[in-house]
Amino acid sequence: MAEVATKRPRWIGKSMPRVEDLRFLRGKGRYIDDLKLPNMAHAAILRSPYAHARIVRIDTSAAERLPGVYKVVTGKDVAERMNPLPTFAVGPIYQHLLAVDKVRYAGEAVAAVVAENRYIAEDACDLIEVEYEPLPPVVDPFEAMEPGAPLVHEALGSNIAYSRTFTFGDVEGDFANADHVVSARLRWPRSSAMPMETNGAIGDYDEGTGTLTIYANSMNFTYFQWLIATSLKIPASKLKVVPINAGGSFGSKFFMHKVPTMAGFLSMVAGRPVKYVEDRIDHILNNDHCGSDRYYDVSLAFDNDGTLRSLKIDCVDDYGAYLQFGTGTHGNALAQVVGPYRIQSVQYKLTAVLTNKNQQGAYRGFGSEVNNWVLERMVDLAARKLGMDRAEIRRKNFIRPEQFPYKIPTGNIYDSGNYEGVLDKALKLVDYEYWVGERERARQEGRYLGIGIVTAQERSVFSSTEFWFWFDQPSFPVTSSPESATITIDPTGKFVVTLHSLAFWGNSPETVVTQVVAEEFDVDPSDIVVTYADSQHALPGTGPGGSRFTVMVTGALVGASARLKEKIKKIAAHELEVSPDDLEFSEGKVRVKGSPDRALTLDQIALKAYMFRLDLPEDIESGLEASYTYDHPYTTLPSADRKDLGVFYPFVGHACHIAVVEVDPETGQFTYHKYAAVHDCGTVVNPMTLHGHITGGAVQGLGTALFEEYVYDESGQMLTASFMDYLVPTAMDVPRFDIDHQETPSPYTPYGIKGGGEGGRMMSPGAITAALEDALEPFGVRITELPITPSKIVGWIQQARGGQA
Amino acid sequence: MAEKHAITVTVNGRLYRAEVEPRRTLADFLREDLNLVGTHLGCEHGVCGNCTVLVDGKSTRSCLMFAVQADGREVLTVEGLAPNGDLHPLQRAFWEHHALQCGFCTPAMLLTAYEYLTTRPDAGTDEEIREAISGVLCRCTGYQNIVTAIRAAAKQMAPSP
Repeated sequence: MAEVATKRPRWIGKSMPRVEDLRFLRGKGRYIDDLKLPNMAHAAILRSPYAHARIVRIDTSAAERLPGVYKVVTGKDVAERMNPLPTFAVGPIYQHLLAVDKVRYAGEAVAAVVAENRYIAEDACDLIEVEYEPLPPVVDPFEAMEPGAPLVHEALGSNIAYSRTFTFGDVEGDFANADHVVSARLRWPRSSAMPMETNGAIGDYDEGTGTLTIYANSMNFTYFQWLIATSLKIPASKLKVVPINAGGSFGSKFFMHKVPTMAGFLSMVAGRPVKYVEDRIDHILNNDHCGSDRYYDVSLAFDNDGTLRSLKIDCVDDYGAYLQFGTGTHGNALAQVVGPYRIQSVQYKLTAVLTNKNQQGAYRGFGSEVNNWVLERMVDLAARKLGMDRAEIRRKNFIRPEQFPYKIPTGNIYDSGNYEGVLDKALKLVDYEYWVGERERARQEGRYLGIGIVTAQERSVFSSTEFWFWFDQPSFPVTSSPESATITIDPTGKFVVTLHSLAFWGNSPETVVTQVVAEEFDVDPSDIVVTYADSQHALPGTGPGGSRFTVMVTGALVGASARLKEKIKKIAAHELEVSPDDLEFSEGKVRVKGSPDRALTLDQIALKAYMFRLDLPEDIESGLEASYTYDHPYTTLPSADRKDLGVFYPFVGHACHIAVVEVDPETGQFTYHKYAAVHDCGTVVNPMTLHGHITGGAVQGLGTALFEEYVYDESGQMLTASFMDYLVPTAMDVPRFDIDHQETPSPYTPYGIKGGGEGGRMMSPGAITAALEDALEPFGVRITELPITPSKIVGWIQQARGGQA
Repeated sequence: MAEKHAITVTVNGRLYRAEVEPRRTLADFLREDLNLVGTHLGCEHGVCGNCTVLVDGKSTRSCLMFAVQADGREVLTVEGLAPNGDLHPLQRAFWEHHALQCGFCTPAMLLTAYEYLTTRPDAGTDEEIREAISGVLCRCTGYQNIVTAIRAAAKQMAPSP
């Protein structure tokens, strides 16, 4: 690290076109559904039509008689042959691959068919007879908390899976001493990552060796693959998960275990390879990765001069029927709960409720995007109460550059930042003064123009404590979240880099690796090939998620490079008869410092390393390969009393988004005049791909804010189970973004990189909400819920006009 | 199982004869029978447009068309855009302008843009490009770089003056 820090980077920071793209551009992406194994069968799943029902009887005989059907399985088979699926839940909240005894949401898997092709498998699903005894569903989380409500998990004795109040600092004192308090009830509805490619896997059980190979479009947490083996009751050593490119994830393929387990189980019972790829309805009803579904009561205490003092949050989160990641999504919120502001104390009450819906999982932001939206709403309320400019109240409360590293009340650390710099860049980029003037002019003309500003955090690189610090007696208080890399130089001097998790799901892991290795060895990117280990060969790897991958894989690559360079230098020093310390890497060569003519090329050294043992120093093994497992560089344990949660998400970026919109009050439609985004996520590895993340993430955030919602009716039926009802933004629905960067390196990470994968979605919901609210300011509208649909806008205006249209 | 029908379809300039069930979709015929897996299925409801191919030059949801309906017609898939191994100017522009991330919608986007540029060789306004591609959902890019890439490709494809 020291070596690279002193020299000007050649590849880091360059907008290099991605090395991943050529296969995808040609339609040769080799996604999971593109793969075919000899003798492979196809699966389809029968899903529950009820949100809550007891399974009385299942008759599979007609389905089994259909020509082309190989196997039909139900919850009975699963109960006999498998363990429940992995979970971070504490208490008896068990999920099975196929529902056992009762179903807990509409769409839960009840039976699976393996057949010659998908058409026949689906025909057979129609022939399965299931007798249900419908139970009263519990859909509303507040009704779920009432005494006597139907129980999602009877053994738990309550639908409240978790409830606790955390207090960080002197909240009551700060509220008592503050000049003002604003309060709001806020609602963030359930949406989902909705990648264009669904989850899929192929199971291939080899009866000869007892090894189960699963090809899957996700492989996070290679050191947790034993959990999948445990579900399947096979030795972890006989499970091989082969990672396959994913067609998008945005969190939805984060530790995706159910679909691979399904394909693996079906292959074991059917005795042949089985492919199971969710169709879109499977995915929407059942992806186990719905986003946060939260109801907030929030109060913010502040003074006459705009100083923000304290924050009280009371959140009810509707988790659905299971709790696979526990309440980790709120750990994410607590990582940056006070945003970029010097708020001194925080109270955070969380009530996690179980209802008859599909469970939550990960969606870009993992719950912290919600907290950003909530906090920025509250800061706007404070500004309006004081009549302060919304940019200036933010500026006044920013943590100052000299205060870093800065410990927030929850215990998490912000590593570095210059928030005012970002704000100023954004105000300039959008031409704030101009639009403030335009807004006034528009209002005089009876037009409704609004400006929305958010200045918010993008935490990156999770440690594992957020999954369990909620509990005094956590079930599994894991503290590891490593990433590994292996660098091999082949006998011809070319590089093969092996990654140890499935890093590709639309991000640019191979490009990052190529840029970092080219930087480390000063070699040409075209000499580097990137490949992925399967789980039997993988070193510990966690994969993407929580904007961790670029930071963590770079750490692993820097570590592996150092080991490999040391060996190369020893070989070269022996040959050149100099000290290894006198050597440096330059343009594909190892040369003597100060005498560049005395050099060996990497291919000369590689050939010696593999083929000419007698030319090597005595203590050098043949070959050129090194691995390194990089652990989270800065994480600490929570205190026993949980008044300090420790450091768990310390590489904290920052961004400012400013949207300028104009609303048509008659239709509730609006147009964008401008959308500017300035991000600071430390050292930028590839500006072009980072822009891509910001733009794509911001559009997803606009989807959440304006269009997307999982709507369940009172009987627990999903009303938005297709793209006709669940509205993903099209090219016509989104603005053009002006994007700029500031680079404030992290002092704790290799090259000073911070993660940047989620920032777009963590900012845009707040920016668009604030802009629309500002446009509707003449009506006094306060926007407290998403999605902000045209009909809601028209309704709010009508309400403001006293019911007059 | 229903009786199979004999069809003759030209795909990417090559003539195929096959027997298919009436319910077999064009998408499944391309992917499963011809092994042209560059055509991707995103929703199978005809909404996401990720399965778009060109049938007789017109963009078509291959998930909503049956293979038997393609009898006697010409289909272009992403594999036929640059059959000799080079990149089509659209593919090159998508690469240079980072117009793809996961790549799943990319074949449909490329074919949709290809059809659009045959009708609007100058690429028109950004609004027009956005309207032209609005039938294909992309969840990664936010569309901005796709618009840029289509404009850049149009410049490359324009006949030299």
